[in-house]
Amino acid sequence: MCGIIGFISKKKRPISGDKIAIALDSLKERGNGQGSGYVGYGIYPKYKDSYALHVFLNNTPDYYEIISKVKDTLEKYGKVIKDEEIPTNGEILKKEFIPWRFFYDFHSSYRDIENDLMVNMVMEINDKIDGAFVFSSGKNLGVFKASGWPMEVAEFYKLDQYKGYMWLAHARYPTNTKGWWGGAHPFNILNWSVVHNGEITSYGTNKRYVESFGYKCRMLTDTEVVAYIFDLLIRKHKLPVEYALSAIAPKFWKEIDLMEEDERKIYESIRMTYGGAVLNGPFAIIVGTHEGMVFMNGDVEKNNTMIGITDRIKLRPLVVAEKDDLVFVSSEEAAIRRICPELDKVEMPDAGMPVIVKMEK
Amino acid sequence: MIPSTVPPKYKVEINSNRCMLCERCVRECSWGVYRRDRNKIVTYSNRCGACQRCVAMCPRDAITVNKNATCWRDHPLWTREVREDIINQSRTGCILLSGMGNAKELPTYFDNIVLDACQVTNPSIDPLREPMELRTYIGKKPKKLEFEYIEEEIDGKKIKKAKLKTNIAPNLKLETPIMIAHMSYGALSLNSHLAMAKAAKECGTFMGTGEGGLHRALYPYANHTITQIASGRFGVNEDYLMRGAAIEIKIGQGSKPGIGGHLPGEKVSAEVSMTRMIPEGSDAISPAPHHDIYSIEDLAQLVRSLKEATRWKIPVFVKIAAVHNVAAIANGIATSDADAVVIDGFKGGTGAAPKVFRDNVGIPIELAIAAVDERLREEGVRNEVSIIASGGIRNSADVFKSIALGADAVYIGTAVMVALGCRVCGRCYTGQCAWGIATQKPELVNRLDVEEGANRVANLIKAWTLEIKELLGAAGINSIESLRGNRDRLRGIGLNDVELEALGIKHAGF
Repeated sequence: MCGIIGFISKKKRPISGDKIAIALDSLKERGNGQGSGYVGYGIYPKYKDSYALHVFLNNTPDYYEIISKVKDTLEKYGKVIKDEEIPTNGEILKKEFIPWRFFYDFHSSYRDIENDLMVNMVMEINDKIDGAFVFSSGKNLGVFKASGWPMEVAEFYKLDQYKGYMWLAHARYPTNTKGWWGGAHPFNILNWSVVHNGEITSYGTNKRYVESFGYKCRMLTDTEVVAYIFDLLIRKHKLPVEYALSAIAPKFWKEIDLMEEDERKIYESIRMTYGGAVLNGPFAIIVGTHEGMVFMNGDVEKNNTMIGITDRIKLRPLVVAEKDDLVFVSSEEAAIRRICPELDKVEMPDAGMPVIVKMEK
Repeated sequence: MIPSTVPPKYKVEINSNRCMLCERCVRECSWGVYRRDRNKIVTYSNRCGACQRCVAMCPRDAITVNKNATCWRDHPLWTREVREDIINQSRTGCILLSGMGNAKELPTYFDNIVLDACQVTNPSIDPLREPMELRTYIGKKPKKLEFEYIEEEIDGKKIKKAKLKTNIAPNLKLETPIMIAHMSYGALSLNSHLAMAKAAKECGTFMGTGEGGLHRALYPYANHTITQIASGRFGVNEDYLMRGAAIEIKIGQGSKPGIGGHLPGEKVSAEVSMTRMIPEGSDAISPAPHHDIYSIEDLAQLVRSLKEATRWKIPVFVKIAAVHNVAAIANGIATSDADAVVIDGFKGGTGAAPKVFRDNVGIPIELAIAAVDERLREEGVRNEVSIIASGGIRNSADVFKSIALGADAVYIGTAVMVALGCRVCGRCYTGQCAWGIATQKPELVNRLDVEEGANRVANLIKAWTLEIKELLGAAGINSIESLRGNRDRLRGIGLNDVELEALGIKHAGF
């Protein structure tokens, strides 16, 4: 059991991070204080074209050496423009790790493959550099997470000082691995961020599937694999997003068998080809997406979007609400009403049916 | 003279108080154990192999078959079996023949693996109330799907639509991940083959024809058969290849890796001779290697030739025995045009195998699945080719564990024969099978009722299918692809570190 909430302004209005913290605080019943986290999109306008890497460093006296190792890895392909400790309030939580951020640009010669290189570097740092752990690697966004209650984590990271047009948040009740800072949600790779309520029962299959494409699951928890599957299917394989989501929460064979021939063929092919990407088990997830998603009608979405989806028999709750330019997705309506009491519309999506929120054009 | 008979293995006793001298046993026993002598049934226990036909048929339950108590001096090294084999071989100077699978007490890893179930954090799913999907596709899959966007005019509006560009090669569609293994017509009776074919059709699965061609009586079920090309090429022609749903090249067999096959002339009846396209009464000997396959590239060529011969419409599988280097060989197969790799473990059954092979050559199927699945993943080709496991799969739990270790589907052979009546007496090579299964003698074959047999086999597959659904539901999974290679849901018990590493699973408690 975990609590999740996310909201997006379709007009890209900047909204302060303390709002999401208030909403998440009302979901603390669904957590146990062993992990809370946030991701804000659009929070680094000054560095919006640079990768913002958030890294946990072991809180040991030699942490400077770890920083230089991380820098060495990064500077093989580009330049660290700026790096600094992420401002925190040490009175709220014991600093088990030192959160550090790097703003980073690739050399122009790597422009075409920079996303793939970034994925590889994140894998390499997490795999090979002792004491360093990259937990956020997108552009103009940042993940803030730690072991603690929602309000503690928000105040620890001084979330009220950031403004973003999309925020996702998560209050954790760990069930499969022990609570630690890296195990808190959101999980992020590039501009993909995932918050997840539930358990990926197919984790063993999914992990081995993404690993055969070069991803490395190192965070000891099932949710990171969701981020890698989104990256693989939508960014790398360029599947139309609706079909990619149907690979993740597949239609039942009895529905597929009744479809028109062309459509049936597509859904059958998806299930045959992407069996390893099926997320089985109870889940409701909210995903902040990478830009460049292709839709079934050929549209390419230049912006980041917000997607909410549940497993195909809806073993976890998900509710969607709208107010003006704002769209909310959450485990519970109460969390939404806490920050936006008057709503235009509230809906419960059907099992396995995705909600995709795009920017207004 | 050196006396060279050994004491009978079994002792057949008739309770004369119960026996009513109906002579049913005399008629039923094809081994000649019984003879009527005036007011008594006389038994020749040395001919008995404990196939229990007589026990099953005696209307008065008058017959008991016990192990012969005549004892040998106990010795841990010079066991009774060892001494018997020496006595027999020193008498005949021959290779010892045997039937069924490995009879040594080597580990059955399935029995040291336990399954997971959901408690609280993820709900178990009730297959009686929720869909539970076992549909499995066997064959080549693409690494990824590609789409193109085509503009269409609908109601005067131009709309772009994603169309699938990737064409997936033909696959076999299974409604349950259980298939019936290759057992040839010739080794088995026509009635057994008909019963298995009907059951395969009813269950939405497939049966292997073995290396014996396809009898015309099976033509109505041909689209539920997988034809086989083994080293003897018996019964193979274009018509045969085009009829089946898939083709399997058999390189080796788990019960006798490295050697060919032998169907004794006694079993080559007129019908078998026609189907196999060999002379009646002649021994059918399959050579050890395929004489056109002396390397992996030769195999790749044969795969391609078969595909060309069947216009690339029919999937081609390659079956190998599980041997030490199985993972590398499987990878070679996976990178050819083959659609599936079949691995047959050392406990796999057979009609006739030299005992020394049956009991000593090859490796356990559990370790072979784990090694092949892992290797194909390392090479990045696992999702493009299917793995079929066979050899000693006894129940639904073995099927479930095979899939979790990394198989797509399994073949079951011995279990199907047991469903037809077989008691695993292991004398299939004699052609005397009293149950009408592994024989060509018309009076014995007629004992096996095709409809009843088909019903039994279908029942078995359905029962296992139901159990697999229950196990999946308990594991919180509602489609079989989420079990495939999901070794997280397995734990070992009583296995050492090396065994756990080879299986890719953790020990219980971790």
